[in-house]
Amino acid sequence: MEYNVGTYDVAVVGAGHAGCEAALATSRMGLKTVVFAINLESIALMACNPSIGGPGKGNLVREIDALGGQMARNVDKNLIQMRMLNTKKGPAVRALRAQLDKRAYSISMKYTLECQENLDIVQEEVVRILVEGERVAGVVTKTGGIYKAKAVIITTGVYLRGRVVIGDVSYSSGPSGLFPANELSKSLESLGFELGRFKTGTPPRIHRDSVDFSKMIVQPGDDVIIPFSYATDKIDREQIPCWLTYTNEVTHKIITDNLYRAPLYTGEIKGTGPRYCPSVEMKVVNFKDKTSHQIFIEPEGVNNKEMYVQGLSTSLPADVQIAMTRSIKGLENAKIMRFGYAIEYDYVVPTQLKPTLESKAIQGLYMAGQVNGTSGYEEAAAQGLIAGINAALKIKEKEPLILSRSDAYIGVLIDDLVTKGVNEPYRVLTSRAEYRLLLRHDNADLRLMDIGYKVGLISDKMYKKFLEKKTMIENEIERLRSTKITPTAQTNEMLSQLETATINTPSSLAELLKRPELDYEKIKILDDLRKPLPKEVIEQVEIAIAYEGYIKRQIAEVEQFKKMENRKIPADIDYDEVYGLSFEGREKLKKVKPISIGQASRISGVNPSDITVLMIYLETKRRKSKS
Amino acid sequence: MKIVESSDTIAAISTAIGEGGIGIVRISGPKSFEIAKEIFKPRQKNIKEFESRKLYLGNIVDFNDEIVDEVLIAFFKSPHTYTREDMVEINCHGGLAAQKRILRLVLDSGARLAEPGEFTKRAFLNGRIDLSQAEAVIDIIRAKTDKALSLANRQLSGGLSNKINAIRHRLLDVLAHIAANIDFPEDDIPEASTDYIAKEVGDVKEAVGDLLKRISAGRVIREGLATLILGNTNVGKSSLLNALLDEERAIVTDIPGTTRDIIEEYIDINGIPIKIIDTAGIRETADEVERIGIQRAIKYLEEAELVLLLIDISRELTQDDINLIKLIKDKTTIVVINKVDLPAKIDEEDVKRMIPAERIVKISALKQEGIQDLKNAIYEVITAKIGGIGDEGLIGAGERQRQAIEAAYNFLDRALLAIKSFVPIEMVELDIRDAWQKLGEITGDTVTEDIISTIFEKFCIGK
Repeated sequence: MEYNVGTYDVAVVGAGHAGCEAALATSRMGLKTVVFAINLESIALMACNPSIGGPGKGNLVREIDALGGQMARNVDKNLIQMRMLNTKKGPAVRALRAQLDKRAYSISMKYTLECQENLDIVQEEVVRILVEGERVAGVVTKTGGIYKAKAVIITTGVYLRGRVVIGDVSYSSGPSGLFPANELSKSLESLGFELGRFKTGTPPRIHRDSVDFSKMIVQPGDDVIIPFSYATDKIDREQIPCWLTYTNEVTHKIITDNLYRAPLYTGEIKGTGPRYCPSVEMKVVNFKDKTSHQIFIEPEGVNNKEMYVQGLSTSLPADVQIAMTRSIKGLENAKIMRFGYAIEYDYVVPTQLKPTLESKAIQGLYMAGQVNGTSGYEEAAAQGLIAGINAALKIKEKEPLILSRSDAYIGVLIDDLVTKGVNEPYRVLTSRAEYRLLLRHDNADLRLMDIGYKVGLISDKMYKKFLEKKTMIENEIERLRSTKITPTAQTNEMLSQLETATINTPSSLAELLKRPELDYEKIKILDDLRKPLPKEVIEQVEIAIAYEGYIKRQIAEVEQFKKMENRKIPADIDYDEVYGLSFEGREKLKKVKPISIGQASRISGVNPSDITVLMIYLETKRRKSKS
Repeated sequence: MKIVESSDTIAAISTAIGEGGIGIVRISGPKSFEIAKEIFKPRQKNIKEFESRKLYLGNIVDFNDEIVDEVLIAFFKSPHTYTREDMVEINCHGGLAAQKRILRLVLDSGARLAEPGEFTKRAFLNGRIDLSQAEAVIDIIRAKTDKALSLANRQLSGGLSNKINAIRHRLLDVLAHIAANIDFPEDDIPEASTDYIAKEVGDVKEAVGDLLKRISAGRVIREGLATLILGNTNVGKSSLLNALLDEERAIVTDIPGTTRDIIEEYIDINGIPIKIIDTAGIRETADEVERIGIQRAIKYLEEAELVLLLIDISRELTQDDINLIKLIKDKTTIVVINKVDLPAKIDEEDVKRMIPAERIVKISALKQEGIQDLKNAIYEVITAKIGGIGDEGLIGAGERQRQAIEAAYNFLDRALLAIKSFVPIEMVELDIRDAWQKLGEITGDTVTEDIISTIFEKFCIGK
């Protein structure tokens, strides 16, 4: 029997990394929100690796933070190790990566949700989406509860018709032994959504006391922890190291000898898995020449003896998992507490979504996270936040938030999803971001905090702090540009001391800073008027000046890019009416329904003359409507 | 896919190639006037502002102020133009070669080569063409695009696409390696060292440079090696020309220009066309023989890729001879010592001391002696110029393709410079990627996904 529970502005289906951000965003923006989880112990569950961040992903986390999301703050509270990656490369590709206490992460996110005004949390499986006409109307739960809502955000992760595979054993399941959501897929299909099937996997977890760390290489955190969130001033915490070991030829023999029992090779697994996160059996098969592969042993938490065996993701039978794990140096006596498994799940083909993450077919229905064919906590959280913000903006009848490829990694991520679709679980990569020199992790606040403040997710206090930082950066750049050093014997003596060329004509401090052998700290001796500045301000000043040429070039490219993004295509365009389109171009345009000429040009199968034809058509329309 | 922005300035040769003697180079867009003013020197001095829709006579000059061609130019102020943008039309007389040189000057001054049908597209988008013609416009643009595409494909069918694919493949490996290092810093992937990247990029740059050389050699083969016969009065220029023509029975094409009487004649040496710019065709008046002769010679020298300097051995060297010798100092020259059938009044060694001559050939044009030697010498010069590239090594490419390759070359050059200046690798990568994309414009293929796929093919990712 069905029963009415209540009326909400927003219902969020799923409380993983996407769902939490979505629910927090809508409730913080003042909308009455309900969020569902199949199990409340699994809120913000890190079902796979115990870490957040890395190249591209770390940028996402910073962007989420600048827009007023929760992920970075929750990371700062619960990290057990922090590392800055790519420090030997330039500033544009540096990235933070945190190791986390999984359970603490989950519990503190749950607590944040619990403390949030306007937000109800319910342990229930959502089985049906209610639709009235072309508008979403609410959801129905397994127990028959009807929750009316103006907007519904689907953030179901890998739960949709989840199926776990370990060797020849397979069963219907969500991640980590949780219940799957078997009914919602049918509801989505009956609403006309096209679903696809992906696969992902996870390695075994082993007991800490069964590991011989003396045979491994220690992987400590950085000396100084740089926090993820702009709201965190500093983190003083004892860090817990990870450990590095390697597979060997014995491991590989065990694997190859048992390939006939490997679901990936027997045809048991049909979903497509991610290339960047292959199972160990695939690594051994595809890279036969490699006699060993890295294995990182990562703690899953403080009051927790489980260790994550990074690099050993597998769906081989349990007995093979034991044998191959114990063949690895330091793991000779390893006790597996949880076996590795593969999980297959339904995703919704994301080209059915608008760049706001709202469904094209049903108004008010949003999708975010792994259900859109992505993988990764960070990718999920980013989409959850954007879906939440847009659901709220729509209810408030405000303009939607669409970040472009030149604004943020979030923009790249969503544009790729809704324009190109996915053919494997999608993750961000720096090489996907054309303007990555501008989309640095260090300047996410400069890029996005205005937007976060405008939508109401950044507090006045935070925003004021940000504006102060911004002014300091601008003033210091200006000061360095206008402060001239004259070529006196004394200054040239100092320059020689710095092992850099002397000057013949007056030179600004900014010009000196451009020299690769100099930095802000070094030119201090030439800079009498310098006042102390926070190091994140100095960092911005240094990057802006030292890489000015490259940055300017990317800004010029962005201006070109934006011209095409700003040529909007009306939503009601009838592509059958457009004379001269190629057959394939017409079909693709009808399917993707791009919002701009720029987006149209990124659809594969739409060629340059289709774009010309489209522009002529739009011009014809415009003139007709004018006359 | 690259979409072309409509707010920049475009240019193209707008007379169909091979149709009609006069060519028009058309420019459209906001920078049209600026560009035209930079390269056009009006005959009438003290012109402050060019009036719209009025023809001006003058010269197109290059960046060294050398005259390229005499032209009639017209400025058209927007919006009363075909494209409704500022437009300039340059009517040039000097045949296809001159049109191409003018076009290249315009492009080097900041215009972009127009896409097929782009003038028409702009005319329509800017409201110049009636709505009822929208479909016709689309047909024109589609047809032009398809034609250009099939033309491009034909041009591409030879060695060019193979070479470009090989080069792109190598760049792709470098890009994927850098990307893998950036995106998977903790994976077990060898570090792409700056030495490795510098070497790869350097090699590729060399290959691209070689490609450019082959393309310019290909152009020589197609368009003929521009050869100038130079010499003072009565040294036997006409006789030499006739001797070459008689022997070769070459096709003679007279292209009488409207402002200057230049005669271009083609002879064929071992299958390679030689375009002889014959200054003998200049009508010389008795009074001003030397002066005019030298002045005009200066004009043609610029264009010439080979100079045949004719010296009459039966007369002593004059001041005029010496002036000419100074002029051709930096050119590829064959010194042709004529009239060897007469008593010599010049010591050959004196000539050798004065000019950087690759070769000296002695002939008697009148008696048709030594003509084969001269022919051999010309052939050797050509082979040297083409840089030992055999027939198979020659590559044909359109202007658009050549431009893209040249742009790629410049990006690679910049990447190398950046590596030397310790610029971080992710910024160097921008230049490498731009080079890769430029080359991809030729083969019609520039997908980022290629880089990502290569990462996963080459490197074992998944720490």
